[in-house]
Amino acid sequence: MSFFVETFIGGLLAGVMYSLVAIGFVLIYKASGVFNFAQGSMVLCAGLTFVTMRDRGIDFWLAGLITLTIMVAIAIAVERVVLRPLVNRPQITLFMATLGLSFVIEGIAQIAMGASVHELDLGIVDTPITVGEVQVSQFDLVAAATAGVLVIALSIFFNWTRVGIALRAIADDPLAARSIGIRLQTLWQIVWGVAGFVSLVAGLLWGARQGVQFALTLVVLKALPVLIIGGFTSITGAIVGGLIVGASDSLAEIYLGSLLGGSVSTWFSYVLAVGFLLVRPTGLFGDAPIERI
Amino acid sequence: MTAIGTDTIEGFGSTDETARSWLRIALAVALLAGLAAVPLVANDYWLNAVLIPFLIMSLTALGLNLLMGYAGQASLGSGGFMAVGAYATYNILLRLPELPLPVNLLLGGVISGLVGVIAGLPSLRIKGFYLVASTLAAQFVLEWLFNQYGWFSNYSTSSSISAPRLAILGHDLSSPTGRYLLTLATVAIVTVVAIRLVRSQTGRTWMAIRDMDTAASVIGIPVAAGKLKAFFVSSLVIGIAGALWAFAYLGTVDARSFNLDRSFQVMFAIIIGGMGSISGNYVGAAFMILLPILLDHVGGAVFGGAIDPGQLENLQKALFGALIVWFLIKEPRGLAALLSRAWTQLASRFER
Repeated sequence: MSFFVETFIGGLLAGVMYSLVAIGFVLIYKASGVFNFAQGSMVLCAGLTFVTMRDRGIDFWLAGLITLTIMVAIAIAVERVVLRPLVNRPQITLFMATLGLSFVIEGIAQIAMGASVHELDLGIVDTPITVGEVQVSQFDLVAAATAGVLVIALSIFFNWTRVGIALRAIADDPLAARSIGIRLQTLWQIVWGVAGFVSLVAGLLWGARQGVQFALTLVVLKALPVLIIGGFTSITGAIVGGLIVGASDSLAEIYLGSLLGGSVSTWFSYVLAVGFLLVRPTGLFGDAPIERI
Repeated sequence: MTAIGTDTIEGFGSTDETARSWLRIALAVALLAGLAAVPLVANDYWLNAVLIPFLIMSLTALGLNLLMGYAGQASLGSGGFMAVGAYATYNILLRLPELPLPVNLLLGGVISGLVGVIAGLPSLRIKGFYLVASTLAAQFVLEWLFNQYGWFSNYSTSSSISAPRLAILGHDLSSPTGRYLLTLATVAIVTVVAIRLVRSQTGRTWMAIRDMDTAASVIGIPVAAGKLKAFFVSSLVIGIAGALWAFAYLGTVDARSFNLDRSFQVMFAIIIGGMGSISGNYVGAAFMILLPILLDHVGGAVFGGAIDPGQLENLQKALFGALIVWFLIKEPRGLAALLSRAWTQLASRFER
């Protein structure tokens, strides 16, 4: 029983890490209706930039600040060069454009900073804490707490600041929002910038866990089922979806994997997500679109 | 606006253009004859590394375009369906060697089609972008299935298995020319069938579903049957393409060559080529297959040895991505629209 609980809690905490990446998607999807596949390469780019600067002996906070500046610069460039010309295009075109964009970011980031695996030490001690009979990774707890703080900060930002309210107006009805003088372009840049910040945090935590390397971009594929389950438009959904995916993944790997011969975690979350979709076609917390004929 | 945005595509050509359509058919026949004559002049490198993958990618794109461009159901499971076609054909060749090759390919395609119907079942309830994500489930499950269970690869010890010899009526097709002609013939036949299909009742049903499925169901179009039929036909074509990819191009059957990247490649091909357009598949496939080869040669010629090959690869990747984004911005309706404009100009010059 304690093994079950341990797997379950480990899964939940891993799920928080997925949520962290998924939040970046939700932000951009809400503001610009783009499913941003380049989020994974943004995570990689942030991680690589940070770790390269740390290797050169730059101070932790300064490195973070420079990385953040670079991420915001990328965000602004993406808005100018890619999003603005593609406005009013079908969703799938935008999706493919971000996929092309991810090639560009990954290519350039690796040209500039190399493709080898970098160790990243954030100074978090990773000794398991024992509660009763259950062992919990300390690093995972810190990651979960960070994600929690991030979510609360983002919720405050989007619910109570002027920018946040403008953003909700845009998500609701872009035309009406523009007609009352909300600047769509500026908001997009802000949101992509915030998403850059989120990918910096995700890049640091994921990088510290498994090394900063190309495989970081694959985190996107884990974040997708999280989004399907939680809905593309809800930050709460991203968190809940992440917890569900994380927990079910690690349980499935242990209990179902032994029946089917292993590595079920590559697809299990997707099948689970389809199951959720069949019951709730727009995810747990997603908005159902209204169709008129 | 539909989620995958095919609403700007024209459905049907007008009927008073018979002269023009004859011209078009004549041109197509001339093109086919030209392509069939290519082995007389081209060397094995061109056939093996350029023309065969280009033709097979066109066929795959055609399959996905039927589903996405005509029936409006976006899918990222193409790689998985290609794998089903390849493994099904391999197993039929292995277990029923007396069947002729064309029947074999078709059977492999039908099996892939049936798998496609199962993967398409969620489309009855899920729409738009959520469907893209849910077809990924099919992609990952299929990829895993073929890697995990030895039965599919006849318990081969390595994960890739070499394909059996190809022959029709005793003619050996294992030379590059033979494989090229087999591919070309398959592509030509499937293309003709697909053109007939999209102009039939089925095609009209698909386009009605694509343009607005709620409205289509209100006027009594069988939406569910139409969607599943689209998944069947599309996966059938993609399955045949997958079998060709394994047998005529790679010479091995390997689940890793049908991964998610392949699905993305096919989707890029139809979006860059033009959704809801038959000719767009060829243009898009040419873009996706030829451009990397071109970049490779140009890169090798310009920098040859001056910079690290790994760096060169990264540079090519970045450049390729940038070109994709550029074409998506510049040509909203795909390169086929560009060709179609050129064609109209040419044809009007003829008539004068």
